[in-house]
Amino acid sequence: MRHLLGIEGLRRADIEALLDRAEAHLQGGPDASHVLRGRVVANLFFEDSTRTRTSFEMAAHALGARVLNWTAAGSSVSKGETLLDTVRNIEATGPVVLVIRHRSSGAPHLVAKHVRCAVVNAGDGTHEHPSQALLDAFTLRRRWGRLDGRTVVIVGDILHSRVARSNLHCLTALGAKVVLCGPPTLLPPGLESLGAEVSTSLDAVLPRADAVMCLRVQTERQTENFFPSAREFSRLFGLNAARAERLKPEALVLHPGPMNRGVEIAPAVADGPRSVILEQVAHGVAVRRAILEEVCR
Amino acid sequence: MNSTILFRRGRVIDPRNGVDGVRDVLVRDGRVAEVSEAPLSPSGPDVQVVEAAGKLVLPGFIDLHVHLREPGEEGKETVLTGCMAAVAGGFTGVVAMPNTKPVNDSVLVTEYVKAKAREARLCHVYLAGAITKGLQGEEMSEMGALVAAGCVCITDDGRPVMNAGLMRRALQYAQLFDLPVMVHEEDLTLSGKGVMNEGRTSTRLGLTGIPPSAEVAMVARDLVLLEETKGRLHVAHVSCEGSVRLLREAKRQGLRVTAEAAPHHFTLDDEAVGAYDTHARMNPPLRTRRDVEALREALADGTIDAIATDHAPHGVLEKQVEFDKAWNGVVGLETALGLTLALVREGVLSLQRAVALLTDGPAKAFGLPGGHLAAGAPADIVVVEPNAEWTVDSARFFSRSRNTPFHGRRLTGRVAQTWVSGRLVFEDGHIKEHR
Ligand SMILES: [Zn+2]
Repeated sequence: MRHLLGIEGLRRADIEALLDRAEAHLQGGPDASHVLRGRVVANLFFEDSTRTRTSFEMAAHALGARVLNWTAAGSSVSKGETLLDTVRNIEATGPVVLVIRHRSSGAPHLVAKHVRCAVVNAGDGTHEHPSQALLDAFTLRRRWGRLDGRTVVIVGDILHSRVARSNLHCLTALGAKVVLCGPPTLLPPGLESLGAEVSTSLDAVLPRADAVMCLRVQTERQTENFFPSAREFSRLFGLNAARAERLKPEALVLHPGPMNRGVEIAPAVADGPRSVILEQVAHGVAVRRAILEEVCR
Repeated sequence: MNSTILFRRGRVIDPRNGVDGVRDVLVRDGRVAEVSEAPLSPSGPDVQVVEAAGKLVLPGFIDLHVHLREPGEEGKETVLTGCMAAVAGGFTGVVAMPNTKPVNDSVLVTEYVKAKAREARLCHVYLAGAITKGLQGEEMSEMGALVAAGCVCITDDGRPVMNAGLMRRALQYAQLFDLPVMVHEEDLTLSGKGVMNEGRTSTRLGLTGIPPSAEVAMVARDLVLLEETKGRLHVAHVSCEGSVRLLREAKRQGLRVTAEAAPHHFTLDDEAVGAYDTHARMNPPLRTRRDVEALREALADGTIDAIATDHAPHGVLEKQVEFDKAWNGVVGLETALGLTLALVREGVLSLQRAVALLTDGPAKAFGLPGGHLAAGAPADIVVVEPNAEWTVDSARFFSRSRNTPFHGRRLTGRVAQTWVSGRLVFEDGHIKEHR
C-alpha cells in the first residue's frame, strides 16, 4: 500500500493485516522503535484536530520517527499559497510520510498525485477518515473476535460525516451490516448502492444493533436548515438513556469524538457500561502505528 | 485570395437545404455560387480546386456558447487564440459570452471584442450582451445599444437571473429587437455550495451535490414566463432529463424556445469526476447516465436545437487545486466534432442530424447568417475526414488553455480544412494566413 487515502477499495485482507499489526503493537509485541528511526513524518493539519494529530504523533514517535508538525494557522496558506505549493515545500525537507488533514474532500488525492512520499489521509472534508474507521473496527473486533453477521447502526449527520463513509466501507468489508440513520436531510442519495441499509427511525433499528455509533452533530447545521433545532434532533436521533435501555444487553456504544454531550449522546450513555469510547481513543495510536509502518514498507 | 474555389466530389451535407450526396460546390467571391450533382468545370486561371472525394463538405459550424476571456483574462484565452481553436475545430462562427472583465454590458466592450475579432481575421465572432449591468441581476443593460453595436443575443451566462420579475421584463423588452434571451438555468438556493451532481458519486466522494432541480426548476419558471410574454428564450447547456421533458412539452405547445447541449454533457456522466479530477468540474455539472441518455434522445428528436461547447478556458492554477476550490469549465472547440460524430457511430444520431446540430440548428436559433450552403450563402465551409482517427492531446490545442476531461481520448473525424467567407483559414493542423 503506497498511500492510505481511504478505506474504499481496500480488500478485507488488507484491512485485517493492518488490524493484526495494530493488535501486535497493543500487545507490546516486537520492538518497533527502529522502524522509522531518523526518518521524518510530517503532520500537515490544514484543519485543527488535536486528537488525531496527537495520535499520529505518538504513533510516529513509537516507530522512532521525528515528527514535523505543521498547521495552517499563521502559515503561508493564509497568505494565499496553494495546497500544492505548501506540500511541495514541505516535501523538500525530506519526510517519508505526509499525514494530511484537510477541509476539502479529495485534498490528499490531489497531493498524492504530485508527491513522491507516502500520503496518509487523516480526514478529508466530508469524504473519508480511514484511520478512525480502522480504530473503530479494531475496537469492535477486540470485543467480538470477528465482525461477520454483526449489525452496526451509525446515527446522525451522515451527509457531512467522513467517519460514516469510512466506517461503511470498513465494516462492510469485514462482514458487518451497516445501518445509516438520520433525518432525510442528512442522508445523501445513493447510500444503499454503497452497501448500507438506510433508516430514518433510530427507534426502529436500535433493537437490531450490536453496536451504535453516534456522530458528532454540528449545531451550525441547524442554521442551514438540515434540522430545526438541537433539541428536536436530540429527541429523534439522540442516544439517550431510555433508548439505550432498549438495546440488546451486550450492545456497544461508540463515538468518534469530540462529543456534544446531551445532544447526540446522553452523558450517562457515554460514560456507561456499554461505552467503548475511551478504548477507541486508546486504540488510535496502535492502529496509526500500523498504518505508518505499512505505507513506509 | 482565390476568387473561385471548386470543392470537387465531396459528400455534401446541408441539412437546411435537404442536401446529402456527392456534389461539387462552387464558391465565388466569398459566397456559395452553386451546389451541383453533376461535375462542374469552371474555367479561368484563378480557379482553386479542393479534391474532396471521400470527405465531407459541410457548412461551417456555429458555436452559440464560447468564452473568449478577452478582455480581462487574456492569460486563459484571447479572441485570437479562441478563434484559432474555433477554426481548428471546424467552427466558422462563435458567439462570445459577456462575462468578460469588464462585462460586455456596453457598446464599448462589444466594439472592443469586434475589433479584436477583425484583427484575428479567422472566424465570425458574434457578441452576446449582458441582460443586466455587470451581470449583477439588478438593472437591465441597454439592449438597444448593444443590438445596434452588433449583439445577437443577451445573456447573464455564468449566472442565472434569480429575480423572476426582472427576467419577465427582460423577455418582454427584448422583443423590441426580436432578441433571444439566453439563460443559464440555476436556482442558486438549490445549487448552494454544490460542486458536482448530487447523487451516488457525490455521496461516495463526500462532495457537495447540486440537485437536478436547481436547473429544472428554473427552466420551468422561465417557460412559464415565456408562455406569458411570448418572447424568445434560449436555454444554455441543458444537462438533465427533467429540463429535456419540459422543453419537449414547451416546443409541442409552440413556444419560441430553443436549447443547446454541450458535448461533455452528452458524453460523460458524473463518474468522470473519478478521483477528484477537476477537469470534470463544470456548471451545470456532469449528471447521471440516465441524463446523458435523455440528452441524446433530445438531440435526436429536435428538442435540443444546437450543440454548443460552452468553451470555458481556465489556467492550470484554477484547476490544479482541491476539487471544491477549482473553477468550473472545460475547453470544447477542438473536441466537439469528434464527440458529436461519436454519437453517429453509436447510432444515436444520423450524420445529417449531427451536422444540423452544428450548423442549421444554431444558425436558426439566433438568426445568424451561414449554417447552410445554398447559393448566396457565405462560403463558410468545413472539409472533414470522417474516418480519420486521432487522439486528443491537450498540449496541442490552439486554445491557450488545457482544461479538458478528454485528454487522451480516441476520436474519429478530423477537420481537414476550414474556410471562412471563401478564405482558407485552417488546413491539416495549421492555421493559415494567421497574422
Ligand atoms: Zn452557463
